[in-house]
Amino acid sequence: MSTAASLHQSRKRKNAVMMTLCVVAAGIGLAWLALILGALLYKGLSGVSLSVFTEMTPPPGDAGGLLNAIYGSIVMTIIGIVVGTPIGVLAGTYMAEYGRFSKLTTVVRFINDILLSAPSIIIGLFVYELMVRPMGHFSAIAGAVALSILVIPVVVRTTEDMLNLVPNALREAGTAIGAPRWVVIRSVAYRAALSGIVTGILLAIARISGETAPLLFTALNNQFWSSNLNAPMASLPVTIFQFALSPYEEWQQLAWTGALIITLTVLGLSIIARSLTGRREDR
Amino acid sequence: MTAVSEAATSSALRTREATVRRFAVTDMVFRTATRLSAILVLVLLGGVAISLVAGSWEALSKFGFSFLTTESWNPVTENFGALAPIYGTIVTSAIAILIAVPIGIGIAIFLTELCPRPLRRPIGIAVELLAGIPSIIYGIWGLFVFAPFLQTTVQPFIISLFHGIPGLSSLFAGPPYGIGLLTSSLILAIMVLPFITSITKDVFDTVPAVLKESAYGIGCTTWEVTRRVTIPYTRIGIMGGVMLGLGRALGETMAVTFVIGNAHRISASLFAPGTTISATIANEFTEADGNLYTSSLVSLGLILFIITFIILALARYMLLRIDSRTGA
Repeated sequence: MSTAASLHQSRKRKNAVMMTLCVVAAGIGLAWLALILGALLYKGLSGVSLSVFTEMTPPPGDAGGLLNAIYGSIVMTIIGIVVGTPIGVLAGTYMAEYGRFSKLTTVVRFINDILLSAPSIIIGLFVYELMVRPMGHFSAIAGAVALSILVIPVVVRTTEDMLNLVPNALREAGTAIGAPRWVVIRSVAYRAALSGIVTGILLAIARISGETAPLLFTALNNQFWSSNLNAPMASLPVTIFQFALSPYEEWQQLAWTGALIITLTVLGLSIIARSLTGRREDR
Repeated sequence: MTAVSEAATSSALRTREATVRRFAVTDMVFRTATRLSAILVLVLLGGVAISLVAGSWEALSKFGFSFLTTESWNPVTENFGALAPIYGTIVTSAIAILIAVPIGIGIAIFLTELCPRPLRRPIGIAVELLAGIPSIIYGIWGLFVFAPFLQTTVQPFIISLFHGIPGLSSLFAGPPYGIGLLTSSLILAIMVLPFITSITKDVFDTVPAVLKESAYGIGCTTWEVTRRVTIPYTRIGIMGGVMLGLGRALGETMAVTFVIGNAHRISASLFAPGTTISATIANEFTEADGNLYTSSLVSLGLILFIITFIILALARYMLLRIDSRTGA
């Protein structure tokens, strides 16, 4: 009887210890997030001023802003999204609609999942070999293409998932009134899955707006204002990389401010994307 | 009378036919467009593989297999070997996984078993937001906040703690630079933690409630249910999540580039600066002069591509198996 009671006690103790460890683990996870965001706010906010958004990146030791880098990031992100989204949506449409049970879909899904988590620096090398080397120089368009390659797998994945959630009865209703397949897809399936697909696009924007590695040797960097897509272009992440590793205090401060801008953008986009799908779940 | 209605019917029939034909054509066009886009995804991965092999051809044909086993990396004499970056990549990723897996599983247990329901979603989201933060942010934070902290407090303490103990003293040998292999590993651990946590949590949710309830019913504690029911049931899925995290860690570039120190040598101490494959490429690619130098860097990329491809394929295979089981 007493051994049974002590066994019960030791099991309860073990349970308490392990569960405490789990709570500690969760605490550590949240503490890291707080620490990183705290440091970013602390170091980044002190450099936020109007000139960050109105002036060019300065030469070493001078004051300035991040205007050309912000502009470059926006331009390349927009081109990347505009190029990557249609391809991703169409591919996802094939996988969920026309080829839902085909062999090709299984293969594409597997390969797409690998592309989704493939190191982005590899994509940078690919675009370097594909575009920069034949063209003979770095260019913003090569950077945008590298970003679009990162967009495609994200959009493919969410589009397929979201179209698969659309009930078949809706499609059958469309077909029953005589609509051809692509009209059913366009006016029924896309409309039903719209918020999910938009979420995918937002997540893709969030992903590429902070990407540095694929831009390092495609778009390179540019100290000056440039809107020429055929020339090197500055971007926020690459500028942060260069400035943070420099010995100049003004540059380091700008790097922190740029990091804060990127983080707020990315977190904002993720939260919007999440609230879009969150509403779906509640419905 | 009949003639008129016949004419009307036939013209209606003709417009009907034309409409159906138009429908068929547009449907064909749309179908082909979607199919081509799907095939493009395959072409992309094939293109990546082909371009990497083509770009690394010069270095690999010159150095051959010894490229993998040479430590020296000398741009002046144009003698390149990948051993130091490969070593750095594997060591930092392995340590990162060792740290992140227990914490990640702990958080997943917390979220599925312990957390009060109203807090579950916010905390889950907060952990996943960590995954969304760009790696350059981790890098700048690691360089300016985390590394100085390690350098001034943690590292001197550990060095003096293990001083004189054989093995450990060389593993944690000074001087404390702040940056180095261990710092990179810690940053990587923070970065892969959300991936491991969210996948583990998802596979924990696939455990049928009946299984857990029957274990509780015979008097098991929460820990025993987790240890004896949930974890064995989801083992493949957890492995898949760990492999996915490993794939991330192996290929992670910017965060590591900031804090690894970029030194092409293999040292016993975890506090010493080192390098990884991706950090070497990021640091040196734009400065590489000479085709052999560039080609050697692309060869590093090829090695990284092959390693991550295998790891990610294994991860997906394991996660597919757990998916098909819950589907059945």
